[in-house]
Amino acid sequence: MLELRNVTKTVGAQEHIRDVSLTLQHGSLNVLLGPTLSGKTSLMRLMAGLDAPTSGSVWFDGKDVTGQPVQKRNVAMVYQQFINYPAMTVYENIASPLRVAGVEQARIDKEVRNAAALLKLTPYLDRTPLNLSGGQQQRTALARAIVKNASLVLLDEPLANLDYKLREELRAELPKIFAAAGTIFVYATTEPHEALLLGGNTATLSEGRVTQFGPTVEVFRKPVDLVTARTFADPPLNTIVLSKKGADFLLEGGVKLPVPPELAGIADASYTIGFQPHHLSLERPNASAVPVRAKVTITEITGSESFVHLDFADARWVMLAHGILDFETDDEVEVFIDPRHIMVFDQNGRAVTASKLAA
Amino acid sequence: MEKTWNNKAWFLVLPVLVLVAFSAVIPLMTVVNYSVQDTFGNNVFFWAGTEWFEELLASDRFWEAMVRNLIFSFIILAIEVPLGIFIALNMPKKGWGVPVCLVLMALPLLIPWNVVGTIWQVFGRNDIGLLGYYINALGIDYNYVQDPIDAWVTVIIMDVWHWTSLVVLLCYAGLVSIPDAFYQAAKIDGASRWAVFRYIQLPKMQRVLLIAVLLRFMDSFMIYTEPFVVTGGGPGNSTTFLSIDLVKTALGQFDLGPAAAMSLVYFLIILLLSWVFYTVMTNYDAER
Amino acid sequence: MARIEVNHIRHSYLPNPQKDSDFALKEVHHTFEDGGAYALLGPSGCGKTTLLNIISGLLHPSHGQLLFNGHDVTRLSTQERNIAQVFQFPVIYDTMTVYDNLAFPLRNRRVPETDVDRKVRETLDMIDLASLAKKKARGLTADQKQKISLGRGLVRSDVNAILFDEPLTVIDPHMKWVLRSQLKQLHRRFGYTMVYVTHDQTEALTFADRVVVMYDGEIVQIGTPAELFERPRHTFVGYFIGSPGMNVLPVALEGKTAKLGAQRIELPGVPKADKGAVELGIRPEYVRLGREGMAVQVSKVEDVGRHKVVRANLEGKEIAAVIGEDDEVPAEAKVRFDPAGINIYADSWRVEMGA
Repeated sequence: MLELRNVTKTVGAQEHIRDVSLTLQHGSLNVLLGPTLSGKTSLMRLMAGLDAPTSGSVWFDGKDVTGQPVQKRNVAMVYQQFINYPAMTVYENIASPLRVAGVEQARIDKEVRNAAALLKLTPYLDRTPLNLSGGQQQRTALARAIVKNASLVLLDEPLANLDYKLREELRAELPKIFAAAGTIFVYATTEPHEALLLGGNTATLSEGRVTQFGPTVEVFRKPVDLVTARTFADPPLNTIVLSKKGADFLLEGGVKLPVPPELAGIADASYTIGFQPHHLSLERPNASAVPVRAKVTITEITGSESFVHLDFADARWVMLAHGILDFETDDEVEVFIDPRHIMVFDQNGRAVTASKLAA
Repeated sequence: MEKTWNNKAWFLVLPVLVLVAFSAVIPLMTVVNYSVQDTFGNNVFFWAGTEWFEELLASDRFWEAMVRNLIFSFIILAIEVPLGIFIALNMPKKGWGVPVCLVLMALPLLIPWNVVGTIWQVFGRNDIGLLGYYINALGIDYNYVQDPIDAWVTVIIMDVWHWTSLVVLLCYAGLVSIPDAFYQAAKIDGASRWAVFRYIQLPKMQRVLLIAVLLRFMDSFMIYTEPFVVTGGGPGNSTTFLSIDLVKTALGQFDLGPAAAMSLVYFLIILLLSWVFYTVMTNYDAER
Repeated sequence: MARIEVNHIRHSYLPNPQKDSDFALKEVHHTFEDGGAYALLGPSGCGKTTLLNIISGLLHPSHGQLLFNGHDVTRLSTQERNIAQVFQFPVIYDTMTVYDNLAFPLRNRRVPETDVDRKVRETLDMIDLASLAKKKARGLTADQKQKISLGRGLVRSDVNAILFDEPLTVIDPHMKWVLRSQLKQLHRRFGYTMVYVTHDQTEALTFADRVVVMYDGEIVQIGTPAELFERPRHTFVGYFIGSPGMNVLPVALEGKTAKLGAQRIELPGVPKADKGAVELGIRPEYVRLGREGMAVQVSKVEDVGRHKVVRANLEGKEIAAVIGEDDEVPAEAKVRFDPAGINIYADSWRVEMGA
């Protein structure tokens, strides 16, 4: 179990990590999700022991390891760049951590072949990394991290430099590979989509702060605040600021969006409403859905679906609709908001939920 | 960036600290000791206080040597930096020419300083030297032993020959790190050769150039071996730089007190320069 | 703006290419219409960047001809072709301000300073950077830098085409959406001829009117996003476009029926396949999961937010199906194939189906 307790890291005048507390269990996959410079890499360096926190402490299996250097922590890392020993064969690359540890030859051979089979590298064991494709180079780096049998494996955007399809392939295999080991995996990514596909737990990061940590799907569906909801949305989250009066949120043009029954008790005030692009639709999804008229700015087609970019009052929205739609710019369209799928945030950006109301 | 602390590290650097203490700190203390006393040998010392320092700072000989040093460094920089950039720009970026050029460039840097001096001393002689003989044969009166200007020209050409490579190699390293896309974009933007240099190559070389300028300045300011071998500081005192003057005082005249004072002043100047070097570099990096 | 004709172009990086495999670009023959938005899509090493560099003039092809509006430009230099290009990593002139960056291509061409000022200001408005005009370009974010690179192309009134080489690689997901839609709006408003190289299908499909799919130095299919999605000409296109890609299952044909193991699948017509290995392709979006049809063993359900991807085993073959975000997987799951989504392939190439 890896624990960060109120960890802060400042470099010069800049706060890279602000008061982060996290507990990661053995055998778990943990995704760090956030945009560039949100602190993913800094946090990983603290977990690995490459940097020491400015304040706070790091605990491993009940022992304080704050300040203990990386060499003593049995950590493996995989980076965005494909880092292998260029002069060694794939076999020797994978074997290298075991050789350093002085493992006997027979066991090295067994473990290397196992890892190679797991990562589909068996045909390439005699090649050197530079004669491999990017995907195979990264598989080699992953295999090396696996055989090390580290108690903590950190992956810093490992698929970012790969082609879209290779990424898809490797991403599908990763959870299987992770499941086999009793190790703590930490995986940094900028892509919400990737976090969802990997599953496990997700910590969303924004400006050096962990905004939420929990099972990935739960963080996605029930974000605790607006920042988390925005971080975990691709295409971007649709939002609009509305004032609640009685049983309705008031929309421009006299439209009323009924307040979900479980939130009936919230005070009359101004709220930010958020909803995902696929919860905006051209056809009425159910009786309670509310129609609004919006103006098309651009339509993007992905083959089976269309992303329609809309202007509504001051807000810019994206609608993900089935089928191929070819609206002209400035067309007025009627779209439906489904009140069952809206998220409500108060003026401080905190999510307003039924469970919070009850508390 | 702040690293993990580990007190064991101190044990590892201890031998180096001891070594530095013996090789630098103790001799330096000895020099400090000498600089405030007078001696006539036989380990007999008389207290002199700041007398040697006052004498030194009041002496024309010291200031003349200092001015010579500054002029020398200035000329060296004015020639070597543009020349180094020019050569680096014209070196091949790929193919078999790269290793050839790099080796050729590195050659002068590998030759010991006194050998460089000896080479040029012979090379420039007007009786048996290849250079000196033919220049005179062309009707140009050239004699570095007698003519101060000829002596300067010889020392400067020698230094340029010896050290321009360093500037070239540093600039070259900066140049090859520029991604191809920059040159392609410049082509598309219709940039002239000069614009490419001014807006892409020069900005990307800035950092290495700064290192090159500071290194060459410090090095040329400390120059000793080559001019000593070639001219011995002459004719007259025309090529007597601070370091040569120091040796003349200490070993030639065996004036240990004044020489020690001079070393300390010289040491402080170098220290000051190093500090400037360090500050400029760290500020530059912080700005990035 | 110009119509770009790529006339039987072949290219090899080797000095004396002999075999077909020596060519990075085997033979490309295609016309990019004036004002079109095109994407060149394919995996790394498929020759898409080679083709782009041939159009921009950074590479000269080993064989073939390149025409801009009917004029042969094959041997012309990049400058003479008047094109603009945005690279994978932002190329900006660090020491200059945003304004000067945009003015640079005009000043290089000795445009009078009053015209420079007018054009630069117009362009700054187009790319939404007017507020940063006086700032040094060095301190900007990656997406702003990419906009500057684009702006240096837009500022010139005489550009024949704007070329993009994976321009969104270093941009965060959220900014990708913004930048992409701005790009598309610029295209709609000003009608530039744009060619966009990428390995990312979402970028290609959303950006382009027509997508050129390349594989191993050749064009496999050119089509609208819908065509590529519904009627992939080659199983590679089926696999490469779509996430997850098309399910491709080996079948035996019997008139209007395809046999997959013990299962019989009704086809919308009789395929004109008389030779080669026959395969049935169906996208996960057309696989209906329910209580009717062919029995499958579900191995995994991936919740990707807006929908779920169900991985299952049908007659010993892996298949994927897409279901709605609120849909549940039935206990004894069965699948049906929507006939509208069925394509038949012989030796990996699509065959037509008769009545």
